[in-house]
Parts: sequence; structure tokens; C-alpha cells
Amino acid sequence: MQMQAVKTERNQQGQAGDVVLKVENLSLDFRLRTEILHAVRDVNFELRRGQTLCLVGESGSGKSVTARALLRILDRNGSIASGSILLAGKNGDIDIAPLTERSPELLKIRGGRIGLIFQEPMSSLSPVHTIGSQIIEALLLHRRMNKQQARAETIELLRQVEIPNPDKMIDRYTFEFSGGMRQRAMIAMALAADPEILIADEPTTALDVTTQAEILDLIKRLQVSRGMAMLLITHDMGVVAEVADAVAVMHYGRIVEAGSTDEIFHNPKHAYTKRLLGSTVKLEQNPRASTRATALPADRKPVLSVRNLNKIYGASTSWVGGNDFAVKAVDDISLDLYPGENLGIVGESGSGKTTLGRLILRTVEPTSGQVTYFGQGEPVDVTGLSKRQLKNFHRDVRLVFQDPFASLNPRMTVKEVIGDPLIVSGKVRGAALEKRVGELLELVGLDPMVMERYPHAFSGGQRQRIGIARALALDPKIIIADEATAALDVSIRAQILDLLLDIQKRLDLSFIFISHDISVVRYFCDRVAVLHRGKLVEMGSAEQICTDPQQPYTKSLISAVPHPDPRHKRMMHRTRFTA
Amino acid sequence: MLNYVIKRLIYMIPTLFGMSLIAFMIIQLPPGDYVTSMLATMADSGQNVDPEQLEALRRSYGFDDPIWLQYWKWITGILFRGDFGYSFEWNRPVADLIWERMGSTLALSLASLLFVWAVSLPIGIYSAMRRHSVGDYGFTLLGFIGLAIPNFIMALTLMYFSYRYFGQSVGGLFSPEYVEAPWSWGKFVDLLAHLWIPIIVIGTNGTAALIRILRANLTDELSKPYVITAKAKGLPEYRAVVKYPVRIALNPFVSAIGWVLPELISGVTITAIVLNLPTAGPLLLRALISQDMYLAGSFILLMGVLTLVGMLISDILLALLDPRIRFN
Repeated sequence: MQMQAVKTERNQQGQAGDVVLKVENLSLDFRLRTEILHAVRDVNFELRRGQTLCLVGESGSGKSVTARALLRILDRNGSIASGSILLAGKNGDIDIAPLTERSPELLKIRGGRIGLIFQEPMSSLSPVHTIGSQIIEALLLHRRMNKQQARAETIELLRQVEIPNPDKMIDRYTFEFSGGMRQRAMIAMALAADPEILIADEPTTALDVTTQAEILDLIKRLQVSRGMAMLLITHDMGVVAEVADAVAVMHYGRIVEAGSTDEIFHNPKHAYTKRLLGSTVKLEQNPRASTRATALPADRKPVLSVRNLNKIYGASTSWVGGNDFAVKAVDDISLDLYPGENLGIVGESGSGKTTLGRLILRTVEPTSGQVTYFGQGEPVDVTGLSKRQLKNFHRDVRLVFQDPFASLNPRMTVKEVIGDPLIVSGKVRGAALEKRVGELLELVGLDPMVMERYPHAFSGGQRQRIGIARALALDPKIIIADEATAALDVSIRAQILDLLLDIQKRLDLSFIFISHDISVVRYFCDRVAVLHRGKLVEMGSAEQICTDPQQPYTKSLISAVPHPDPRHKRMMHRTRFTA
Repeated sequence: MLNYVIKRLIYMIPTLFGMSLIAFMIIQLPPGDYVTSMLATMADSGQNVDPEQLEALRRSYGFDDPIWLQYWKWITGILFRGDFGYSFEWNRPVADLIWERMGSTLALSLASLLFVWAVSLPIGIYSAMRRHSVGDYGFTLLGFIGLAIPNFIMALTLMYFSYRYFGQSVGGLFSPEYVEAPWSWGKFVDLLAHLWIPIIVIGTNGTAALIRILRANLTDELSKPYVITAKAKGLPEYRAVVKYPVRIALNPFVSAIGWVLPELISGVTITAIVLNLPTAGPLLLRALISQDMYLAGSFILLMGVLTLVGMLISDILLALLDPRIRFN
């Protein structure tokens, strides 16, 4: 039914497939302190009415600056070195490239003919203005409306992007919206002036999988009903397979391969495209599934057991009245971790997975419940440990952080970073320390010679290796990895996971792997616990959870994961969970 | 919001009580009392004083009472009768003395605050948007010069120039012929002619500091994604900047109100003395030197009250300006 409505509208506006924007030999330069960085070289592509072009690449490939150059929103030190950006119009094409920054033509194009939505839904809207006022502003800029009309139109737009109670939400502030809602508001704003082209720069990267699926659905529907051309920028091959009509792969500022989605996925020519696809598809299966399931004895003893763990935030009452906003962050969770096992904890943001990790480490005090650690000797009741005893426990149970950039002190050398836990524990110093740090660096696949360098000299993946080496320094028994690969590009992600698996083979280690990324958990973990609103919804082997989920919530979660194969789009017939 | 204000007001009571105790104790700390310092002054000028007369004076002032009793008399006087005590040196009620000076103090402070805002806001925005440009460097240089020159030197310099080139009377807020005259157009013009020197002297420091703060804050905000959103919407750069990041970078301006109020009394004492301004600062200094305890104590207490009120006002304004504060 919807498709028919679409067809009539398209015919009015022009034929689907007409080229609306043509980028020719676009090159972008950035003036740095000592040199000029050629961020983008000789890029060519076309956007067609009603179709989606995906610009794919890893971080630093120049895909985002390319998109921003189309609107001429580059940082002050960036400039278009050569090439043209031709926007089709009724009276011939307009070249955006030579327009001056303040020219009225450019201001009309921005927001009026090309809309932009981008990654950070948390910070891409002003926190001190209401959602409504920010959308109304866009309407007043580009459409002849008075304030009442603009307000009514804004409510209509919010309804189109499926925000509930749009007439009330229009006067709310951004921080009262969830991430997905903000992204919807952002979309409403980008679409306010009915642009011909929508640029979406990683629109769903910061969102949960189910929210991502909904937002992609929404964008697709709006695009089809309005007959817009879309430029979607992403690093996620799964998303590409789900929504793209055509794909351009970027690598080091150049488009290395372009073609239809099917061609790119099933007949990639360039080595880089193959590698990118390889590391995505690789994460689709579990390398340990076949070997592990049988190898484990049935009567094994857990190394860590969690019983009826609870954490309630905001339950305390102050003398100025009670607090009704008690949140059960972790609600009566019990689970066991066995030696040598990788336990995945999966959930969306706000599901309590990170809190659970912190409760186990007791960096956050549990409200009630018990955590027992079976190390050498007597079982240890972690919840009853004193500060000093907790120190010993933390020697055996270590943490790997999410952000490889923020978790390393920029003023410490690699040797100091990795050696720090050794020095704190008072075990090793002097030449022995240096030797141990060297061993650890080799263990994580880095050259021991780098130990005198500072973290800024390393890439994200290398930094995460340093973080892992630090976690391994004290020969831990359990490593809690909280979103340890979330900030990494997909090819690096696979490398780091392989590294962890490899280390696990050599050392007697168990992992608790906290992640929102189903494919990573599937690749890495033996068993998976699914968390939803603080509750343990389902637990089972990774393979079972991913292929044969039992609970409705798990089903909806799994079906929302984009599948990196354009011939088997998964999201379009996913199951929805409402609670 | 109303709950919050009431809560804050209730919290103020114990704070004020503590402040009054501390204020009174500090005044009592130096050895001797007003009679001692009067004796010293009279001895300096060669007068002989009858010890018995001094004793009688002490008794009548109540200096022989224990400290807690003196405090009790003072604080109950304030609370129940609005009586801040009696200034020994001026032989007048403290309240009269303070209020007399408050008008000019308030006018001067407000005028310099407006000057600070009017100058630092546009310069700060310009500096942040055109960082490392010639203009930015020029304003930065001027700002640092303003910060580095001590107020009294600038006051002396400006006085010299205004006398040398404009032929103005030096110091004070009015020319001699207008000091006692009733308000008239002529007196107002004369006030404006005198006011600019103290405003510039008092304001320069704050202006330089606020320019730096605004430049730093705004530079952070300018690279935030919501600025890109505003530009992508089609807003011209200047409007986009003024509407979004400047609004958020304004917080320090509002916070500044909090410390402006106590500065009314104590902040510009040296400038006021050099320029012979009839503000509260010099009066407070004189009261402290001569151990005129009720006058000094009331000033210190008043400064405490103004600090608390100033903080409350700036917090309320911040909440009005920034919904994130209002809703948390």
C-alpha cells in the first residue's frame, strides 16, 4: 500500500534514478601545523533520486569529510583543493565547490536542498533549546511560514518520525529524549525543508541494535516516500547490506571500489574490500563452538559465582521527602563463570550490563546479593571483603576498558602504564620489571622496543593491546572486558578478539565479555547471558542464543542485528518486542 | 524550583549564624578596643586623658562585659530591632552610615558590571571565532595589559590625563560645586564626566578576565556537533554562533553576578581611596583600623549576607538560562 503512494509522488517530482548530485574529482586538503594533509583525493560519485549510496570505510578513510564538503561544513583549516560538486537544478547545475562561505546560495542549499544527520545524537542538538524551537528555526529559514504554521508543521514532522505525543514533545529539551528519540528529532529537522538529498553520517553507530533497526527503517521509509537521494556513511557492512543500492568503498582518501551492493558483497575486486568483508563475515561464526562444547566436563566447578545480585539506584531517602525514582539497575541476577570459559553479557544501553561488571569487581557496592570467587584456597565472599582484601581480589580479576584513548595516561610511557600494577603490588621492580613488561608486550603482539614510547604514538588497536597487556600483568584468573572492542574498526576488532582467544589458550583465563554487539559476542563467547532492564532474560550457549533464541526479547534483539549479505536482509522481517 | 529556593533560604540561616559569630570574633581578636585606639590617637596629639574617664567610657560602651554578652547584645539588636549598633568614631548609628554609602556604591558597581559585559561579550565572541587572527592577538594583548596594571596606578594615570587634557576636577564622583547641590541635569552630566574613570579602572580587570574565560569556553563549544547542525540547517555563521554556543558559554557571565555583590563593599577599596570615591570600601577600612567594632562587624556581616544572596541569585539565573540545571 505504501509503495503505491510512493510511486505517484515520485512521478510528480521526477524520475527515480535521475542524478541529483554529481561529485567529480573532489580533493580535500587540511592544513596541519607542519604539512598539508590530503584527506580526500579525486573522489567521484553520483547520487540518484530515490536511491541510497553507501560510503564505506574505516576511521580516517575520509568518508565523513567528503560528506561535509558537500555542504561546505569543513573545519577552518580544511579546503576544497580541486573538483566540483554539481547539484542538479531546474535551471542547470549549481557547482557547490566554488561558492563562498557566506553566499546566500550556499545557505539555501544547506538544510534547504541537502539535509544532514550525523552520529552523536547526544550532542548534535543544542541542550538549552527545546526540540521544537530548533526544528521551527529550520522551517522558518527555508519555507515561507509564520510561527504558528511552522509549529504545526513541526508537530506533523515529529509525528512522521514516530515520536509519541508530538504536540507535547515539541516543547521538551534534548536531555529528556533517549538516544533513539533524539536521532528521530534530528531526522525531522533535516527533513523540515523537504530536501532532495539526505546525508546520513553514521546515523546509527551510537545506538542499540533494535533502535538502529528502527531508525534505519524510518529513514528508508521516509526516503522512499519523499523520493530523496541518500548518502549514507557507515563503517558497518551489515548496515550497508541492509539499506544500500550502491556502495563506494573508501580507503586512505580514495574510492577504491564502487558498484552495486550485490556486486560489492558477492564479487569484490579490490583487496581492501575483500579484507573488509572478510573481517565482517568472520565475526558471523564462533571459532570455538565445535571444539569447546564437547571438551568441557559436566561436573566442573565455577571460578566465580554470582547469586541474587541486586543494585538499586536512588532508593535512599533524604530529609526533604522520599524519592520515587528508585531504579533497579541490576535485578536479582545469578550466574556462574567456569574456568577457561568466555561468558558474554549482552544487552542494550541501560540494561545494567556495565553495572553488573562493576558489581562483580565491587567498584560499585551491591545493594544485596553475593559474589563468590573460587581462587587458590578457600572460596572468597567478595561482597564481604575489606578494602585491603579487595586489593588481592583485584589482582586476580582485572578489567579491560572500552575507550583505548581515555584509558591510558598520556603522560606515562608504555612501560609505566603496563608496569604500574606490578609496582603497586610490590612484586617486581628494576630489571625484572623491564623484562616482564617486554614479555607482556610480546604476548599481545607488540614489539618490546616500544616500551619507552608514549600512548599517543599508537593507533586505537595498538592501544587496546597495551590495555590488555596491563590487565595481564598480574597473572589474573578472570578478565572483565567492558565493551573492549566497541571503539575499534571492524578489521582491528577481529584481530583483538583473536588475540584474546590466543592468550586464553596460553594462560588459564576466564573472560566476562560485556558487549552490545551480538556478532562480537557470538565470535568470542561460549555462553551468553542476555540482560534487559536489569533482569537476566535468557542464558545459553552463544550458538543457541544467536540462532535459536527462546525468549521474545532475545528474538527481537537477534533479529535486529544487520546481516552482512544483501541477498538475505534480516532487519526487514525482524520481530519486534514491546514491553 | 520554588522548593529549591526555599530550601536554599533555610540553609542560609545556620550559615549566617556562623558568619556572625566569626565576624564578631575577628573584630575582637586584635588586642585592645576602641578606647585604646582613641587613647593612642589623643596621646599622639598631646592631650592628657583622665584614666577614670576612660574607665567610665569603657563601662558605658560595655567593653567590660564578657564577649558572649557583647555578642548577644549586638545580634539581638540586629534581629529584633534592626539596630546594628552605634559607631563610636562617627557618633552615629551604624545603619545610617552604611546606607548613606550604599547608593553610590551600588551605582558604581552596576555601572562597571555593565561596562565589563558590554566590552567583554563582543570581544570574547570575536576572539573565539577568529582565533589566532591579528584582531584576536591585539585584544589579547590589551587584555593582558589590563590584567597586569595595578588598579591604583591606572587610577592615578587616568586622573592625571583627565586633569591635564580635560581640565576636570580630580577625584570624587562630582565636581566640588555639585557635591551638596540637589539633583539637576547639570549634576547628572557632571556625574557621568567623573564616573568613567572609576568604571574603567574597576572594570578593566574583570573585562580582561571575562574575555579570556569566554574565549576559552566558546572555543570548546564551537567545535561541538550542535554547531555543525545549526550550520547544516542553513543558518549564517554569525547567527548560528550567537544563538547556540554563545548561549551555553554565557554561564560564567551569570556566575559573575554572584561575586559582584560582596565586591560592592570590599572589592575596590584601594581604587576608591585613590579616587576619593564615597563608597563603602574606605569606610570599612577606617572602621577596622580604629577598632570601631559595631561598624566593622556590621560591614563584615553584610558582606556575608550579600555573598549568600549573590550566589543564590546567580544560581537562580543559571537555572533560568540553562534547562539542564533546572531539571536536575
